[in-house]
Amino acid sequence: MVVRPVRQVIFLLPALALLLAACAPAAAPSPTAAPAKPAATAAPAKPAEKPAATAAPAKPAPTAAAKAEEKPATGEPYKIGAIFDITGGGSSLGVPERDTIKMLEAEVNARGGIKGPDGKLHPVQVVLYDNQSQESQSVLVAKRLIEEDKVPVILGATQSGTTLAMVDTIQKAQVPLISAAASIRIVEPVAEHKWVFKTPQSDVLIHSVLVEYLKAKGLTRVAWMSVNNAFGDSGRDEFQKAAPAAGIQIVANERFGAEDKDMSAQLTKIRGTDANALIIWAIPPAASVATKNAADLGIKIPVFQSHGIGNQDFITLAGPAANGVVFPVGKLLVADSLADSDAQKKVLLDYTAAYQKAYGKGPTTFGGHAWDCFWIAVRAMEKAGPNPSAIRDQLEQIKDFVGITGVFNFSPQDHNGLDRRAVTMVKIVDGKWKATD
Amino acid sequence: MSDAAQYLVTGLTLGSIYALVALGFVTVFSVTGVINFAQGEFVMLGAMLAAQFVQVGAPLPLAALLAVAGAALVGALVFEVGLRPARGASELAMIIITIGASTAIRGAALLAWGTDPRPLAAFTPGPPIELAGAAVVRQSLWVLGATAAVLVALHLFFSTTAMGRALRACAVNAVAARLVGISPRHTGLAAFVLSGAVGAVAGVVLAPLSYATYDMGLMLGLKGFVGAVLGGMANPSGAVAGGLALGLLEAFGTPISSAYKDAAAFIVLILAMLLRPGGLFGRGLGRGSL
Amino acid sequence: MSWLGVPRRDWVILAAVAVVVGAAPLAVSRYYLSILVTVGVYGMATVGLCLLAGYARQISLGHAAFYGLGAYASGLLAARWDWSPWITIPVGVLGSGLVAWLLGRPVLRLSGHYLAMATLGLGIVFQVALNELTELTGGPSGFSGIPSVPLAWLPFNSEVRSLYLVWALCLALLGLALWLVNTRIGRVLRAIGESELAAELLGLDTAAWKVRVFALSAAYAALAGALYAHYVTFLSPAPFGFMFSLELLVMATIGGLASVWGGLLGAGIVVVLTETLRSALPKSLPGSSGELELILFGLALVAIMALRPSGLAGLGRVLLGRWAPRAALATPTEAVEAESVGEAARVGS
Repeated sequence: MVVRPVRQVIFLLPALALLLAACAPAAAPSPTAAPAKPAATAAPAKPAEKPAATAAPAKPAPTAAAKAEEKPATGEPYKIGAIFDITGGGSSLGVPERDTIKMLEAEVNARGGIKGPDGKLHPVQVVLYDNQSQESQSVLVAKRLIEEDKVPVILGATQSGTTLAMVDTIQKAQVPLISAAASIRIVEPVAEHKWVFKTPQSDVLIHSVLVEYLKAKGLTRVAWMSVNNAFGDSGRDEFQKAAPAAGIQIVANERFGAEDKDMSAQLTKIRGTDANALIIWAIPPAASVATKNAADLGIKIPVFQSHGIGNQDFITLAGPAANGVVFPVGKLLVADSLADSDAQKKVLLDYTAAYQKAYGKGPTTFGGHAWDCFWIAVRAMEKAGPNPSAIRDQLEQIKDFVGITGVFNFSPQDHNGLDRRAVTMVKIVDGKWKATD
Repeated sequence: MSDAAQYLVTGLTLGSIYALVALGFVTVFSVTGVINFAQGEFVMLGAMLAAQFVQVGAPLPLAALLAVAGAALVGALVFEVGLRPARGASELAMIIITIGASTAIRGAALLAWGTDPRPLAAFTPGPPIELAGAAVVRQSLWVLGATAAVLVALHLFFSTTAMGRALRACAVNAVAARLVGISPRHTGLAAFVLSGAVGAVAGVVLAPLSYATYDMGLMLGLKGFVGAVLGGMANPSGAVAGGLALGLLEAFGTPISSAYKDAAAFIVLILAMLLRPGGLFGRGLGRGSL
Repeated sequence: MSWLGVPRRDWVILAAVAVVVGAAPLAVSRYYLSILVTVGVYGMATVGLCLLAGYARQISLGHAAFYGLGAYASGLLAARWDWSPWITIPVGVLGSGLVAWLLGRPVLRLSGHYLAMATLGLGIVFQVALNELTELTGGPSGFSGIPSVPLAWLPFNSEVRSLYLVWALCLALLGLALWLVNTRIGRVLRAIGESELAAELLGLDTAAWKVRVFALSAAYAALAGALYAHYVTFLSPAPFGFMFSLELLVMATIGGLASVWGGLLGAGIVVVLTETLRSALPKSLPGSSGELELILFGLALVAIMALRPSGLAGLGRVLLGRWAPRAALATPTEAVEAESVGEAARVGS
């Protein structure tokens, strides 16, 4: 234990700096700690005003309104809490979500903030934390947002596990949560998950479109392989439920790890079956490795994938092997080829352009889920102000909200609010996404 | 028949990667007595740096060289900043220091490169080669070749160079080595530089097969550790044998049950160790201390 | 100077901790209470790990499996078969201890790295089982609907109830560990830790003792896991993997393996450090998140271990040394080295 003093000092300096930073601002009490609480019962009584306010549901609904009037007074900031899986296993999904939220926060504040029910413009303050893709951390962070930061609404988390872990906390604290994770169990049964909403498409929806497509093409003998985590597991489960009804038979059912470096062994086994289609349910890089392995092994049957490959990475990584791959996904990837009459086209192109400008690369569908979470929360706060139960009631009233994932129609029975228009089949041709049917 | 050949090719390729990682573990352990849990991060750095340098326009051989040098430098840093100040500490304390270092390196990689996986083109492009009914990807041959080359190079280094002999002396008997004037500081540093370089080689040859991601080091470090332990922890040839054994177990276990392949591999390994508690592939040189 | 063989100083600190935790709900918000709950849960598991890895010097890289076994056993029995948590928790703990005892008999014949790898393997086998036995465990998606421990008769809110439950058990287990290490059993474990061969030559049945302490520390971890399950009310395989095994070892070592206090201290330091980084970084460096926390956490680990390789419990000992007699404060290895082997021999004979 002989350590030269110099080294001790080097180690201690950052620690000291941190401690100082942690202690100094903690003394000042939060100014927004006690928001005025409108009577919670007032909110659900007025669903009728929907058509007037939301007739033109293009993204910057508040902008148009704000510009028409003269500049309103500035109110106290509105807080929005956010929890994403920024480091750890979910980071490839969580980072674009975080980046999207940061971009939107700046965008809203650049034009003054959220116009609340009091007619004032409220700057938005996003309090964003990383849960390290850990469920126990998710719970702690949720409590932190509720108890310390006193946010009236929370966005996130990124993955189903990290979301489900905090559902109990959310329900007890009675603060609405809008999740960017897919599992249907996040919002169902709705009666027990009154405070929880989500924006991504559920697997049931994805599979209904995929199975329909397979059936139409006469691909009824399917080899299935999926990653052995919640994403792959839920995909496999729902596919096994959806396939028999459409007369589709699963002739191989293989598993691989998210970090496996080679799936040739599984594919060799599949090569020995009489399957006429191959479905790979995973995200890159594992999804790309499997696709490339299949091409290298000379597997010629058509390859299908999941909405998990909805970003440029998949194509960059798999190279020529990506060509011909077909997958069900939201419309973001094929926005520019949509008909001009498509309600989502403008929103999708705007998001793509803004993200491209801010971060120098195209957005992902995951960032799109966060985009939906953010604007849906803002939409509710415009009517409800910073009051958790009023926000919750307003969320159930949201109709015809045109988002990135789809067009949302929430209701007391449906906390996901999407229909099958939120899923389209996309084919990779010459390294580009093309809508197909 | 061709299926079995295919599993063999897959197993040898995977096994070679594990073997290279295991070689890094063994180099550090036999000289310093430290189990270096940051070994996987050296692999990640090799893959990431190579992809980065190629992306900014460096030719592949230069990029590979720079990546290996970069990882070796980080290896030196881990030793100098983390381990040397703590010399004489318990084995577990050393392990925790390497875990801390690996966490910091992973965080830095996430900050620098983000979460997007990065591709690296195959060293020699072209369709897979048909061999006894198995499709052999060309990059697999590079992986096998690199493993063999590293093993031979390490062997030559340990047996013919002065530094190599000093390292070996340390491995056999640290106290005696010190008495004849071999500085444990220099040998420790050399071992970490060497293991950084060996890890990076694994990363560079692996990247075209499975891409580079900032968090790839975790899993590879784990597999490499298993390979090294199987080989007796202090024996380079044993480490290679251990790594290959693990790769083959996984490849041949997959068609039986891809869901349970990892569990099956470990059950077989645990049973094997119980039957041969001295390591599966003979004893090593012994272990020294930092 | 001592009660039940445990130095009075230890009882005083234990009582002080109990008072501080007991009074915490008066002073801080529920968020800080939930941090304390987390410290208590992890602390329980690390105290058990200290007995195994600190005293008997047997490394386990698979302790998350026993933590998970306790969590799943208790959680499943309560959620699927509606058993009361008052029954499922003891069942989970005893069951996990039994499993550890059965597995330990063959596995603990290995030593050093072979033991590390074998325990790592057990952890991975457990993880695979959780993922694949979907009918039972809910697979990778996990399952929810685990009831909280029924303590509604206590006049507190749910967070305070969890706090008192977790810390009552945590401090009881800590007391048990303190008592154990000060009995002849503790000296046997240290003797095994110092030199298994010597301990054996003196007539100790080292194999049996190793299995016993392995099972005991697994039961500690299982109780922690069971409490986690009933606190979060949702379980999936993710928190019970290799990374958590490492994290437990990190906590125990940072705190100081040479004393059972180190387990609790280490858990506290790791949890508080994580939370401090999370709240301090955005304030000092606007716009930062996740990535920097990871880097600084890693560097902090390196710094702590490089500066205090024996763990931070030793630091407390140095500070306390100003007023407490030296002999009572010596580390177990220092104080016991001389006498323990001889003493232990008498136990074995």
